Amino acid sequence: MVKKRLFKRLTPALAITLSLGLLVSGCGATGAQSQNTAPSQASGDTIKVGILHSLSGTMAISEVSVKDAELMAIDEINASGGVLGKKVVPVIEDGASDWPTFAEKAKKLLQQDKVATIFGCWTSASRKAVLPVVEENNGLLWYPVQYEGLESSKNIVYTGAEPTEQIVPAVSWLLKNRGKDFYLLGSDYVFPRTANKIIKAQLKAEGGNLVGEEYTPLGHTDYSTIINKIKAAKPKVIFNTLNGDSNVAFFKQLRDAGITSKDITVMSVSVAEEEIRGIGAENMAGDLAVWNYFQTTNTPENKAFVEKYKAKYGNKRVTDDPIEAGYFGVYLWAEAVKKAGTTDVDKVREALKTGIEYKAPEGLVKIEPENQHTWKTVRIGEVQPDGMFKEIWSSGQPIKPNPYLKGLDWAKGL
Amino acid sequence: MEGVSKYLVKEKLIFLLAAVLLLVVAPLTLSGFRLNLLGKFLAFAILALGIDLIWGYTGILSLGHGVFFGLGAYCMAMYLKLEAAAGKLPDFMVWSGLNDLPWFWEPFRHAGFALGMAILLPVVLATILGFLTFRNRIQGVYFSILSQALAIIFTTLFIGQQKYTGGTNGLTNYKTILGYSLSSPVTQTVLYLITAVTLGWVYLLCRSMVKTRFGRVLMAIRDGENRARFTGYDPALYKVFIYAFSAGLAGLAGALFVTQVGIISPAMMGIVPSIEMAIWVAIGGRGTLVGAILGAILVNAAKSSLSEAFPSAWLFFIGALFVGVVIFFPEGIMGFLKSLSGQQRGKKYYGRLPQSILDMTKGGLGNGWHYSLLGKRHR
Amino acid sequence: MDTLLLQIFNGLSVSSILLLIALGLAITFGLMKVINMAHGELIMIGAYVAYVTQLFFIKYVSKEFFSFYFIVAIPLAFVVSALVGLLLENVLIRFLYGRPLDSLLATWGVSLILQQLARNIFGAPNVDVVSPSWLNGGLRITAGLQLPYKRLFIIAMVVFCIAGVYFFFYHTANGRKIRAVMQNREMAACLGIPTRKVDAYTFAFGSGLAGIAGCTLSLLGSIGPSLGTYYIVDAFMVVVLGGVGRLIGTVAGALSIGILNTALEFGTTATIGKVLVFSIVIAFLQWRPLGLFAIRSRALD
Repeated sequence: MVKKRLFKRLTPALAITLSLGLLVSGCGATGAQSQNTAPSQASGDTIKVGILHSLSGTMAISEVSVKDAELMAIDEINASGGVLGKKVVPVIEDGASDWPTFAEKAKKLLQQDKVATIFGCWTSASRKAVLPVVEENNGLLWYPVQYEGLESSKNIVYTGAEPTEQIVPAVSWLLKNRGKDFYLLGSDYVFPRTANKIIKAQLKAEGGNLVGEEYTPLGHTDYSTIINKIKAAKPKVIFNTLNGDSNVAFFKQLRDAGITSKDITVMSVSVAEEEIRGIGAENMAGDLAVWNYFQTTNTPENKAFVEKYKAKYGNKRVTDDPIEAGYFGVYLWAEAVKKAGTTDVDKVREALKTGIEYKAPEGLVKIEPENQHTWKTVRIGEVQPDGMFKEIWSSGQPIKPNPYLKGLDWAKGL
Repeated sequence: MEGVSKYLVKEKLIFLLAAVLLLVVAPLTLSGFRLNLLGKFLAFAILALGIDLIWGYTGILSLGHGVFFGLGAYCMAMYLKLEAAAGKLPDFMVWSGLNDLPWFWEPFRHAGFALGMAILLPVVLATILGFLTFRNRIQGVYFSILSQALAIIFTTLFIGQQKYTGGTNGLTNYKTILGYSLSSPVTQTVLYLITAVTLGWVYLLCRSMVKTRFGRVLMAIRDGENRARFTGYDPALYKVFIYAFSAGLAGLAGALFVTQVGIISPAMMGIVPSIEMAIWVAIGGRGTLVGAILGAILVNAAKSSLSEAFPSAWLFFIGALFVGVVIFFPEGIMGFLKSLSGQQRGKKYYGRLPQSILDMTKGGLGNGWHYSLLGKRHR
Repeated sequence: MDTLLLQIFNGLSVSSILLLIALGLAITFGLMKVINMAHGELIMIGAYVAYVTQLFFIKYVSKEFFSFYFIVAIPLAFVVSALVGLLLENVLIRFLYGRPLDSLLATWGVSLILQQLARNIFGAPNVDVVSPSWLNGGLRITAGLQLPYKRLFIIAMVVFCIAGVYFFFYHTANGRKIRAVMQNREMAACLGIPTRKVDAYTFAFGSGLAGIAGCTLSLLGSIGPSLGTYYIVDAFMVVVLGGVGRLIGTVAGALSIGILNTALEFGTTATIGKVLVFSIVIAFLQWRPLGLFAIRSRALD
């Protein structure tokens, strides 16, 4: 009797121990497994690569499409025989719009799955979170989004634009063509603040005039007060560095307030075709955006790219700059691996520095050995009523990346 | 008497077993990455113990505990960041246009000061807030929602003051701690062991707290605050103390978290993580210390492994888990285990679930139920 | 002068939006004491109903009637959200009455599921709802002062909803039944009121109001899976500040937060404004813990 009771009382203890044991052994098992498979990424018949984007949370609105484009590139490469005769296998992880999660998943991809490289991230914050992880583990991250510059890690390849490939030429163009009075509006985080610091220095040097500067919390939904402030400040140009959903609220409410693109030009740097679909082309027609690629960019490679993307993911989907940058990033990596003959990060990096070129949908791209950024063509586009861009200016040829704005006198104090 | 001593023997046995499992077996069998994850979960478990003290035992649901956790983490991160900067200005201050280190960053060069502040700062904040709110007899839902406002204020503030806090990015990219490289497996294992030992120590401390008269007063406040007051206790005083204590634990957990995870961002202080923290405790089993620890570890392990296995659909599983536990196991895992082991519901064990909680599982809506807001008596 | 007038109007407009999102919550939380964290997702459902209705009109209805899709969408949003609410009440909430905390945790899980569901059905990116042409433009008062029709429409919508809720609760038999059940359940049951049914319909009604809010807000904001998360905390703040359980309190809460927010945002920045508003709310609740309009009660625990 006593024994039975004792047994009964011990059951919870046993259950706890069991569950903890299961947990631990489960972890251990997967750990051991991937350690066993680790050498196979070089010697077996597959190469594992990581894909790390936010598939849930607020950033999913933009990042899911980039993930799709990267997967498409991997499929295409596999269809044409893979890399080094091996199949490329993507390991997909969800960063969940949370920066510590990005760091955790990057660590998992590198240490647990031993991936050859990672394609991923969107926000600067997520890249900053992943940066120490890839540096410690000597991984290689392909980052596909335009950003604020002032960074260069040997473990990151930047396939998006840095400021001199996007913001700086746009400001010069606006000063020449649209007016001197600038109003800077951005979400309250690192990219807009740094971008605006650069813009302010440039305005000072090139004779522009700052009439207002405003930051709103991410996810801000009511812009009536800010639009009122803008009205009072009477700018010629609104330089918009808002991110994500805030753009929808801002543009809808700006139009309601009776301000059209003829009254004030809005130049956006984080609004691409994908975002325009959510904002509504009718609310943005006539406004401008600066990118390196539009869906309408006229190259044979782009025509094929858009066709393939739509065939794969549906006719209603659109392509845009980060999607394209994510796509050609995969190809650049494959080219580098082919040249290096191995997926070893150091050797791939060396191969990249030998000036590998790729005919991307946006035109010819290549990696600058000095800072691992990409040579890109700058394009300014006007939003059309169908939600596409009409290119109204272009740099004509790829520009050399210059993330630290070296050689620009006005940028010395930054 | 025999039963009690047997029970104690059993508890000691579990404790020792868990200690061996965490201190010996885990470091030997787990890969560096998994050990690091487990270390993070253990840090969360410390925080969960704190939440359990105020919620499970005292009946106050704080939905702003992320703030205290974040403050602790930021204090530690400031030290790590300064050490990584090696005498220069931390990188984000350079981008933000600062030329000198702000005065309040200066003392964080010392690890001891940083760790002290990681605990002290949350305690002070919680004491001030708790003193105001509990003395004004703000209870139940009102307190929960008020603590959410606190979380919003701090997140917005930390994001807005990029110069001093690193903005949305938070603080990351550390190199060393006390001169030891953070990326080396040895340092990480030591940090893990420190976390595990701290958890054990905190558990014993909490246990001794709830076993004494003090713990019974807390439960009396939970079950009937006015009755406790009329018996001559001052509930506000007890509540302030336990709230501050739990905030201190959250700060400690934050400091341990940041050394192992290597990043803290304002998002961790927000409402979403704060609610999740409460959910760990609910799933583990409110009012049982072991439950809080189990909940924190299991929910986070589930989250990690589910999101690895189903990156595009894991939210379904996590959501269903929350719903399922609340409906089918209102007393959490511990309640479930107890029912498995043939314990009768409500039989006083170390869970000591009050009759009131048992009543509410029946779903009865007695007269005056609408006064039974959070933390008050449920009828 | 124009700026100031417009700012006053903006204050009213923001208040009306807050009131719209909080109205449903004032019923589910204020009356029924269910902390419904999925309220934001019910708003999201309303917004997606507007989107789907629009798609339907584009496909099946001739172009000249397109602008009327919005008129159809609003009651439809109410019905769909109410049905989802009814389902939610039946499978989940009814087990949680009297356990507000548990309802918070469970509905949090529901909100995660609904968000992921929206992502799977409509895709992760935002979708666009074209505003009906009759709501474009604004009422021009002076050269520099233009009041957008959409914001005027939202104010009118809120007034209509408040009036509707008031009429329903105080001048119909069903409303009386709801109030009776919420005030004294046993007595109401003794008098033959089917309390289970009343619970379910009340919750559905509150959810339906969230649907109307979502549909209407599609005029001004984004329509995406995480739409609800932007509004949920504000909605709770409004109800708590106003005083739980009083409709008039919710109105007052929305007005004070809305006007305060726009004024502070105009004087400082959006970030500081937000911090100040929430600090003031916390400070105010120290002084009046039960909100602006408290229900007096002699009950102790």
